[in-house]
Amino acid sequence: MAERAFSATRLPGFATVAIVVFLALYAPIITLVVFSFNDANSVAVWGGLSWRWYQVAWENTLVKEAAVRSLIIATSAALIATTVATMAALGTTRRAAFRGQTAIYVIINQPLMVPEIVTAVALLIFFAWIKVATGYQGLGYLIAAHSAFCIPFAYLPIRARLEGMDLSLETAAADLYATPWQAFRRVTLPLLAPGIIAGAMLAFVISLDDVVITEFVKSGGQDTLPTYMLGQIRRAVTPDVNAISTALLALTVILLTAFFLLTRKRD
Amino acid sequence: MSANEDRQRAASTRTAWLLSAPALVVLILAASGPLLIVLVYSFLSPGDYTGVQRPFTLEAWQSILFTRDIFDGTLQLADAHLSIFWRSVKLSLLTTAITFAVGFPTAWFIATRPAKSRALWLFLITIPFWTNLLIRTVAINEVIRNEGVINTLLIRAGLIDQPLRIIYTDTAVLIGMAYVYLPLMVLPLFAAIDRFDMKLLEAGYDLYASRLQVLRRVILPLVKPGIVAGSILVFIPSLGAYVTPRVLGGGKNMMIGNFIELQFGQGRNWPLGAALSMTLLVIVTVALLVYVRAANRDRSHG
Repeated sequence: MAERAFSATRLPGFATVAIVVFLALYAPIITLVVFSFNDANSVAVWGGLSWRWYQVAWENTLVKEAAVRSLIIATSAALIATTVATMAALGTTRRAAFRGQTAIYVIINQPLMVPEIVTAVALLIFFAWIKVATGYQGLGYLIAAHSAFCIPFAYLPIRARLEGMDLSLETAAADLYATPWQAFRRVTLPLLAPGIIAGAMLAFVISLDDVVITEFVKSGGQDTLPTYMLGQIRRAVTPDVNAISTALLALTVILLTAFFLLTRKRD
Repeated sequence: MSANEDRQRAASTRTAWLLSAPALVVLILAASGPLLIVLVYSFLSPGDYTGVQRPFTLEAWQSILFTRDIFDGTLQLADAHLSIFWRSVKLSLLTTAITFAVGFPTAWFIATRPAKSRALWLFLITIPFWTNLLIRTVAINEVIRNEGVINTLLIRAGLIDQPLRIIYTDTAVLIGMAYVYLPLMVLPLFAAIDRFDMKLLEAGYDLYASRLQVLRRVILPLVKPGIVAGSILVFIPSLGAYVTPRVLGGGKNMMIGNFIELQFGQGRNWPLGAALSMTLLVIVTVALLVYVRAANRDRSHG
């Protein structure tokens, strides 16, 4: 038997554990995707390939409404979060340290630190007051809540992009008599665009995935896809849940791949 | 410093605040601010139907740990509450231990790949990290249910006649949490191992250290910041977990997150729910401070 060359970085058994971990990480997800194309009524028995459960899900008005609601909320929240996060990133980077800078960082990153269930409860109480006071019951509450917790996810890639940018181009624009707004519109914004798009995509994915805060903030009949699924699972796992999961999964993977390609091009 | 410089600096600070203002307003209205209301609610009495009413009292905080006897009014330890706290802490610590035990070899494996394939392995860990937590929980549910993949395969193979009852137990919650939070352990471990100078290993072996000695005396001390980071990043969301125990634990195997929800639902004890939320927030903040300190120490060394 050929002796393996001694490698200092090799630790016995580590590669085996790692491979098992990768298999264990993907096996359940792959099972879920495969069974979403299962023709059988049960989730456990294989009955041949079909689109049946996608049709079932698509023809279900509740699912369709939840999907539309999810997209409206995620799009609005991503737009709002990205806009305010871009401004905040422009405000907090590329200038001398100033009073209150740490406070701004803490508030912006706060949604990453406070447990979701605590924020969910806080918003439940606060929005209940406003609902009573104004009588408004619409999607605005969900959009506001989602915008808030999406801000740090939009902010981080934009700030990272800004920090890597060269100030001299903007100085050059100013030297050529560009107004500050022209310099921003024609120089800063185009250079910053990949960061903004990446931030918006992350915010969109995070909003689309949220369960806990949505579950507490939504009024009756305002299910999003994840909260609809959560309600379904409580009763029994039906195969159409697999179909919805797979569809959401596909959307997430597409957006994430685009995100990685965008951020990788930076250098 | 000249007056001009002073003025410029003041203008710069003003611009910074003005540009940050919209984000701060959204966050204070729909994230940070309402936390103060929860704090106030924790000092009120439960309302007759839902909500809260006066008088201000410490009752809710006291009832986190104690119940008052209906007849003689003496305080006793609330066993039901304690068992939920104990389950939450125990499952969170076990989740942290399991994710470390399997996450460390995984992170080491990724960090020792050739540069080209390393990015791919890292991407494979990152995808589940960004994937919907509910979907990953559903996927695990699919595998361990009574009629799930594992039981179906085992019964068909003739190894068992009755399905293994995993779902709706603490074990199910533990498997689920370890599964969904694993990437949070692997990513910081990878970052620490990636910075580790592999030449130190050769030095260790040259000095006749065994593999175990090298692991214990060279590798582990140097990647300790990554271990602390990963452990806290897994422990914090585990302690506040809501979705995974709800889906995999059924109604009975509650953790703190589900217990908080109960107080705002059927429990109709909003002050207790508020006090529990604040307790969770304090524990998480302390854990985060430990993390920040460890991270800073790492930076000053590294």
